Amino acid sequence: MLLASVAERVYWFARYVERVENTARMILVNNNLLMDMPKNSTLGWAPLVSITGIADIFYEHYQEANERNVLKFLVMDPNNPSCMLCTLTNARENLRTSRAIFPRDVWEALNDLYSYTKENKSAVLTRRGRYAFLSHIIDSCHLITGKLSASMSHDQIYEFVRMGRNIERTDMTSRVIDVRADNLLPKHDEDLKPFDDIQWKSVLDSLAAHQMYRRYVHVRVQGVAVLSYLLQDWYFPRAIQHCLTQVEYCLRNLPLNEAPQYALVRAQRMVRNADVRKIVAGNLNSYINDLQLALIDLNAELTSSYFEGREVSATIYNIADKQRVTA
Amino acid sequence: MYIMAWILHCLSTQQFAEKLINDTHAMPINLNDYSSGNAHDELLTNTNRARPGAGKILNYLRSLTDAELRERREAAELAMQVMGITFTVYSEEGGGIDRVWPFDIIPRILTAREWYRIDEGLKQRVQALNMFIADIYDEQKIIRDKIFPKEVLAQSVNFREQCIGIKPAYDIWAHICGSDLVRGADGTMYVLEDNLRVPSGVSYMLENRLVMKRVFPELFEDNDILPVDGYSTRLFDMLAALSPRPAEFPSIVVLTPGIYNSAYFEHSYLAQQMGVELVAGSDLVVEDDIVYMKTISGRARVDVIYRRVDDLFMDPEVFDKESMLGVPGIMRAWRKGNVAIANAPGAGVADDKVVYAYVPEMIRYYLDQQPILPNVPTYLCMDKTQRDYVLDNLENMVVKPANESGGYGMMVGPAASLKVRREFLALIKKNPRNYIAQPTLNLSTVPTLCDGVIEPRHVDLRPFILSSDASHVTRGGLTRVALNKGSLVVNSSQGGGSKDTWIIETRSN
Repeated sequence: MLLASVAERVYWFARYVERVENTARMILVNNNLLMDMPKNSTLGWAPLVSITGIADIFYEHYQEANERNVLKFLVMDPNNPSCMLCTLTNARENLRTSRAIFPRDVWEALNDLYSYTKENKSAVLTRRGRYAFLSHIIDSCHLITGKLSASMSHDQIYEFVRMGRNIERTDMTSRVIDVRADNLLPKHDEDLKPFDDIQWKSVLDSLAAHQMYRRYVHVRVQGVAVLSYLLQDWYFPRAIQHCLTQVEYCLRNLPLNEAPQYALVRAQRMVRNADVRKIVAGNLNSYINDLQLALIDLNAELTSSYFEGREVSATIYNIADKQRVTA
Repeated sequence: MYIMAWILHCLSTQQFAEKLINDTHAMPINLNDYSSGNAHDELLTNTNRARPGAGKILNYLRSLTDAELRERREAAELAMQVMGITFTVYSEEGGGIDRVWPFDIIPRILTAREWYRIDEGLKQRVQALNMFIADIYDEQKIIRDKIFPKEVLAQSVNFREQCIGIKPAYDIWAHICGSDLVRGADGTMYVLEDNLRVPSGVSYMLENRLVMKRVFPELFEDNDILPVDGYSTRLFDMLAALSPRPAEFPSIVVLTPGIYNSAYFEHSYLAQQMGVELVAGSDLVVEDDIVYMKTISGRARVDVIYRRVDDLFMDPEVFDKESMLGVPGIMRAWRKGNVAIANAPGAGVADDKVVYAYVPEMIRYYLDQQPILPNVPTYLCMDKTQRDYVLDNLENMVVKPANESGGYGMMVGPAASLKVRREFLALIKKNPRNYIAQPTLNLSTVPTLCDGVIEPRHVDLRPFILSSDASHVTRGGLTRVALNKGSLVVNSSQGGGSKDTWIIETRSN
C-alpha cells in the first residue's frame, strides 16, 4: 500500500536532487568553456538562463546576463523558483514529510548538503571558490543517490525515486540540446567556427557524457553524432532513450500503468525513430519542442495516475488537494 | 560467550557494590543538602531517606562521579538526537522547526502498589467520562436529574450538536484519554485535568524508556521496572476493535494536521509503530459515505481513523468551512457507521475545566461509586459565591481558561504581577463561565540534574487510558518536569522537559 501523496513527494524529491546536480554541472562546464573562448566571443552566461527556461523571470530582475547575475540567479536568488537553494529547500520539505520512508542517513546527507550550500553559496561568485563549491554539491547529490540505491528497498516506492531521477534527466538533456546545440549548428557565428569542437565537447561535458561518448561513438566530436548519442544511446544514463527505458521498467512494476505507458511509448517512438541528420538539417527547435511536449505529457500522466487518486470523481477533491503545488 | 559475559557482569556488579560500601564518604554527588522545601519529593523523604523503590537508583546516583553523571547525560542527549526525538515549536521563523525536547536522566519513581490504585482510579474516571459524553449526546439524563447544570453545557465550546444521536461502538467516545496527575504537599495524588480531544506525549513516554535503557542498562537489571513498550500494540488493538467491518486486518490510519503541528513527530512515530498509514486530510476522500485513502493503486477503504486533528477542522461540510486539514463528508461516513473515529468528534465536551469540576459527581451518578482519585479543589467562576472567593484570593490561585490546553492563557497567582492579576480580574468578570480557579498546589518534586547539580524540580504525570472493547492504562506515563527553578509550568512549549517514569515492584508488595 503506497499513499498517492507519499509517491508524489518521493518522485519530486528525486527530481529535485537530480536538478541540483544538473544545474551545478552545467555551471561548472560553462565556466570551463568560457576560459577557452576568445575574449570577445558573444558566448557568455546567457545560454544558462535560457536552458532553465525561465529567462523572463531573470530579465524582470536583472538588466544583463553577466557572470555574477546569472550565477546569483541560478544558485541563490529566491526569485528563481528553481535556483539551487530553493530546489534543495523543496527537496528537504518533501523528505521531511516522508522521513519514515527513507533511510535515516539519506535525511542526514540531504541536510548536510542543504546547510553546505546555504553557508557557502557566495563561493560560487568567485572564480577561485566556484570549482570546489560546485563539485562538492555534485558529489553530495551522488552520495544521496548512492545511499538511496544501496540502502532503500527497491520496492514500489523506489520506482518513484527512479522515475523522478530519469524524467528529470530527460528534461535536462532535452534543454541542453535545445539551447546549446541550436547555437552551434551552422548558420550562426562564423567567427566561432574554429571553436566548434570544444563547444560540442562542452555540450557532452555538461551531461557528463564526453568520456562515454568517446568510448562508444568512434567518431570525433561533431554535431550529428553528439545529438544522436544524447538522444538515442541505449546505455548512457543521461541519454534520453536510456532514461525512458528506465521509466518503462519502473512502470512495469506499478499498478494503473496503462495511461502513463501510453504517453511513454509516444515519447519513446519520437526518440527512436528520429532521423537526426534530417532534423539537424531542418528544424531542431521544433523537434525538441515536440519532444518536450511529449515529456510534459508523460509527467502529467504520471501525476494523474498516481498522485491524484484518479479513480475518484472530481467533485470530491478538497481544497487542499487542488492547491497542492507540485512543480 | 553469553556465560562469560554474564560472569563478567556479576563480577562488575559485585565490585560496584563494594565500591559503594567503601566509598560512601567520597560521594561526589551530595544529596544531603537536597531540599524540596514544603513540596513532597517523589524520591526522597524530608529527612533525605529513599522512598520505597527509590533506594537503588539513589545509591547508584551517589556512586557516580560528576564526570560520570555528565557522561550519562551527554549519552542521553546524543541518543535523543540520533533517534530523532523532536517536537515542533510554532513560533520559530519559517513556520516551525524540530527541536529536541529536554530530557532529564533521573527517573520519577512510583511503587507498583500505589500505581495499581491509580490505574483503577483512572479506569473508573474514564468510564464515567465516557458515560457522561454518551448521555450528553443522547437523553441528557444527568441534566434532567439536576446533577449537571444545563447552562454549563449550553456554553461549552466543545459541545457539538452535530453529534447528537450518534452511537459509536461500545458507547465509547474518548478512546484515548491523557489525564494529568499531580501530587500535593500532603502526598495525595490529584487529577488536574482530563485531555479527551487529542492528547499527546505518549511517544515521549516510549522513547524516554528506550533512552534510559541505553544509558543505564545496569539499573534495569537491578530493578523490577514495569515495561511500557506494549502501548503501540494496545493502541492498535483498541483501534482495530472499533472497525465497522469485521476483518482480520482492518485498515487503520493516523490523521495528522501535518508537519507544522507540534506533535507531528508523535503522529509519525505512532503510525510507524503500529504499521499503519500516516495520512493528511488531502489523502482521504469520501464517496457514498465511505472513507477512502488515495493510493497509487486507486482508492483503498479506511475503517478506523485515529485522528490528531481537532474536531472543528475535521469536516468542512459540518464544521469550519475553511478547513484545509479535514475531509469533506467524513462526518456523514461516521454517522452512518461506515468508519470509526477515535476520539469521537464531540468527545471534547468533557475536556472542559468547568465540566472537570463535576467528574466526582459523575462517578457517583453513573457508577454509584466513590471516586478513587480526587479532583484538585476547583472554584467555578460562574458561581457567584465561588467567584467572589476567587477574586478575593487571586494571589493564591491558579486561574485557567475552561478550554485552553498547553498551559496557554492561565495565571499562576503567586508568580503573577499585580498588572496580570488585574487583567485576570477583568477577564473573569467579563466571562465568568470561561474561568475556573484552583488553589496553588505545591507540586511534588523529583531530583533533577541542573547544570551539573542535582536539585528538586516540580513534576506532573500524564498516564494514557485506552478504551474500546476493553480498557488499558499505560504503566506510568509521561512525567513532565518544569526545568526552571521554582516553576510550576511543565508544558513543552514553556520550558518543560520530561523524565522517564518507573513503576517499580518492591519486595513489600
